[in-house]
Amino acid sequence: MSFREEHELHKRRFGRNVGLGVVLGSFVALVFGLTIAKVTSGDLAIQPAPQSVSQNEVSQ
Amino acid sequence: MSDASINTKAVDAGYGDAGFGDYFALLKPRVMSLVVFTAFVGLLAAPGAVHPMIGFASILFIAVGGGASGALNMWWDADIDAVMKRTKSRPVPSGRIGADEAKALGITLSVFAVVMLWLASNVVAAGLLAFTIFFYVVIYTMWLKRWTPQNIVIGGASGAFPPMIGWAVATGGVSVESVLMFAIIFVWTPPHFWALCLFMNSDYEKAGVPMLTVTHGRRVTRNHILAYTLVLAPIAIGAGFTSIGGPIYLAVAVVLNALFLIGAFRIWRRSEDAAVADKYRVEKKFFALSLFYLFGHFGAIMAQAALAPYGIGGW
Repeated sequence: MSFREEHELHKRRFGRNVGLGVVLGSFVALVFGLTIAKVTSGDLAIQPAPQSVSQNEVSQ
Repeated sequence: MSDASINTKAVDAGYGDAGFGDYFALLKPRVMSLVVFTAFVGLLAAPGAVHPMIGFASILFIAVGGGASGALNMWWDADIDAVMKRTKSRPVPSGRIGADEAKALGITLSVFAVVMLWLASNVVAAGLLAFTIFFYVVIYTMWLKRWTPQNIVIGGASGAFPPMIGWAVATGGVSVESVLMFAIIFVWTPPHFWALCLFMNSDYEKAGVPMLTVTHGRRVTRNHILAYTLVLAPIAIGAGFTSIGGPIYLAVAVVLNALFLIGAFRIWRRSEDAAVADKYRVEKKFFALSLFYLFGHFGAIMAQAALAPYGIGGW
């Protein structure tokens, strides 16, 4: 049994918390989507390592 | 948790437990919608393709950056906003949100938007967004607005950057086309705003903001409106001959600039007595046309870009 009296302020605060939760959830989804887009479009592809100096060049 | 959790001090002070909508209002959603629209057009008109997800995220971060500068503007201008009829119901002057809260939110979102835009697109776009926020908050809000009647002319640059940022997201740079899109909004802002000032003069006078109508009078303001409209027309029509233009844009630009010039000429020709007699009908009509003018030009650029893959439009 709750003894807390509901205040109009609680309603506003609840609305604010829900709003913030939605914003944070959307941000997580956005970063996830952005990461997938970057990976699939090759922006984050690992560049091949430069060719190592061949043995012949070393011996010369 | 008891009722003691309610911040009674804040309630007594009149703020501290604002609703979510109040925080959203702090970001000036109407200005944000213009930022989103023009940045999107800049992105769409730019050469080269951008992944839709990257494009969407970039536009969102540009909008957040624009909103953050709006919050910082409301923090700094709370005293002016409280006096003006048009702005006194904003979250800070009405007491729903504290000025410090607006400042904290504005700074946090500014940093967040710039860093995220950098990660999502490139350093040029992020740099332009950072400069836009700096220009709007420091150069316009803190410096020019209360100091010179040219505030709206120079300050208008901050509203002109979004299409340039959108263009930079796609290309990673700046070009003639993006500068022309910037110039259209930059030169359009003074006549648009001064027309509003002509019929909302008392508000600015009361707040002590040195608008041209207050410092130099209405005759000079009318002259300035015509002069800027004359400068604007060749820029707007000239953009039609670059890669963002085409027959659709050119047709729209010619018609809208002719109408805008006629409107500016009517404002210039009028005496103040005539304006008072018909309750600023011509000025109000010109202001409404100015909104349609900007939407028309950027809508036409968007149409050109959207139709280009089908071989319609574009030079």
